[in-house]
Amino acid sequence: MNLYELTIAEAAKLLAEKKITSVELTQAILDRIEKVDEKIKAYICVTKDKALEQAKESDKRRAAGKSLGKLDGIPIAIKDLLCTKGVETTAASNILKGFVPCYNATVVQKLEDAGAVILGKANLDAFAHGSSTENSDFFTTKNPWDTTRVPGGSSGGSAAAVAADLCLGAIGTDTGGSIRQPASLCGVVGLKPTFGRVSRYGVIAMASSLDVIGPIAKTAEDAAIMMEVIAGRDRLDSTTLIDKVPEYSSEIGKEIKGLKVGVPKEYFVVSSSGVRTSTTHTYSGMDEDVEKAIKSAIEKLKSLGAEIIEISLPHADYGMAVYYILQPAEVSSNLSRYDGIKYGFSISASSHQLPACLPAGKASSLREVYTKSRGKGFGAEAKRRIMLGTYVLSAGYYDAYYKKAMQLRTLVKKDFEDAFEKVDVIVTPVSPTPAFKIGEKSDDPVQMYLSDVYTVPINPAGVPAVSVPAGFATRDGKKLPVGMQVIGPQLSEGRILNVAHQFEKAININNVKPSL
Amino acid sequence: MMLTREEVLQIAKLASLELADDEVEKFRQQLSDVLELFKKIDDVDLKNIEETSQVTGLENVMREDEVLPSECSREELLENAPRKNENSIIVPKVIEDKQ
Repeated sequence: MNLYELTIAEAAKLLAEKKITSVELTQAILDRIEKVDEKIKAYICVTKDKALEQAKESDKRRAAGKSLGKLDGIPIAIKDLLCTKGVETTAASNILKGFVPCYNATVVQKLEDAGAVILGKANLDAFAHGSSTENSDFFTTKNPWDTTRVPGGSSGGSAAAVAADLCLGAIGTDTGGSIRQPASLCGVVGLKPTFGRVSRYGVIAMASSLDVIGPIAKTAEDAAIMMEVIAGRDRLDSTTLIDKVPEYSSEIGKEIKGLKVGVPKEYFVVSSSGVRTSTTHTYSGMDEDVEKAIKSAIEKLKSLGAEIIEISLPHADYGMAVYYILQPAEVSSNLSRYDGIKYGFSISASSHQLPACLPAGKASSLREVYTKSRGKGFGAEAKRRIMLGTYVLSAGYYDAYYKKAMQLRTLVKKDFEDAFEKVDVIVTPVSPTPAFKIGEKSDDPVQMYLSDVYTVPINPAGVPAVSVPAGFATRDGKKLPVGMQVIGPQLSEGRILNVAHQFEKAININNVKPSL
Repeated sequence: MMLTREEVLQIAKLASLELADDEVEKFRQQLSDVLELFKKIDDVDLKNIEETSQVTGLENVMREDEVLPSECSREELLENAPRKNENSIIVPKVIEDKQ
């Protein structure tokens, strides 16, 4: 077996038994990146020397009997939305090209404190705005299962890196599906934790009432191991929860016999004649292969002893509208900090400081520094969202859009609370379709937004959800992964990871890998 | 719901974004399409429904007001500024000269 194919749990065991070293493991991954990432383009930058240095330190600690735990010596990729001290952090945007933070995001610091080896920065849709990485201002990441297709997004670089064995695990962020959807499209596990469970300090903000940070991994167990390290209260992020962080990896391994699994009737619309119809536009787009895979996944859960219960999320259909009002509103506010003055691209900088793709210009006033730096520095999707958010927050429209969305959010959240009175977890698809072709939706924001229909209502409700591989759809003779979403009440990460783990063991498709 | 060109330019102004001419028309179309998606929120009766802004119910998180050293020095922080002069960031003049 190649070292790069190991899971975190397997590698941690071999490291502990001194059968491999972190330097060997890290070198194997770096060689793999060298060989394969040309095709996948998962990384914006690979910090090779630093990674090998960290691996060496890890081996020294272990030799001295001072190992820091399961992540000590494990190579991890970081979405380029998290600040890394001394390493360029771009959010995959031209406006932040060249930005080098002088501090680590809390999550990066916690990983380093646990001995993890940081491999580099993974590609994303600029500022995490998107579902395909096509909105990256630099390049599009390819899906390892079919390189003519998108890996999903926005954490597409992270998910593709995990799927292509270019790291053992990765960090992603999720505002409306940005961990779960790429995990689903790339056939790996992605956990969106409870709002406030993981610190956002040092993470470039998108929509502050929705953003969460979480792991993308090869297995549910690996995601649990990473969560144990990154979760917890942080004095630098006042939205973090004070609740004690459980040992997630010991919460998995329980039988799911008697577990009550809810299936929302709004998502699967089947007429009495057995013909699939849809009463609403929003859910009419579920691909037949996705539906088949999820239905057979539900049967599998049943065979493991789970009780399947039909539930209703009456406001699910409004989740999209709520999300696409609140999110751009918060984006427009968070992105107002990019002004061409303090850091990032500026029209007023001298030309030698500018990236080649952005021409120098002239600004005659402070206001022009703002408007021109932002006009040139932001890509199309960032501009769309800033403008949409500015519109829904502007005088005369606040009550019509923003206030109503905040009220509807209460109802969306209550739907989940009511459902969790009756069931332990809820199961849905992650994405209505398998990975789509590069370019297929890139100039149609509405179609692109609809690819998040099953993931976006989760964020306004603040509950955790995990995406776990459930099967495949075949397109053009290629296998494309289909993911199942397991949703739980707030702070039930251990429970949903356990369901994902039990399911994974039962369907046993982890060994099916993309051929590269 | 179809935005006008003037509305798009007004939004851009509020957002401090300079748009190229072709962008104005493209965004007019695309933003109008997205606003169309929002229409359905008017179907719901929202009378007496509270707004939710903080989803986990945390409020007024307090801590001691302690002075702690910054992880970054002034020099490091200024490192990323596009135009600087020793310890300052250079910006265009914002006060008009009196004639």
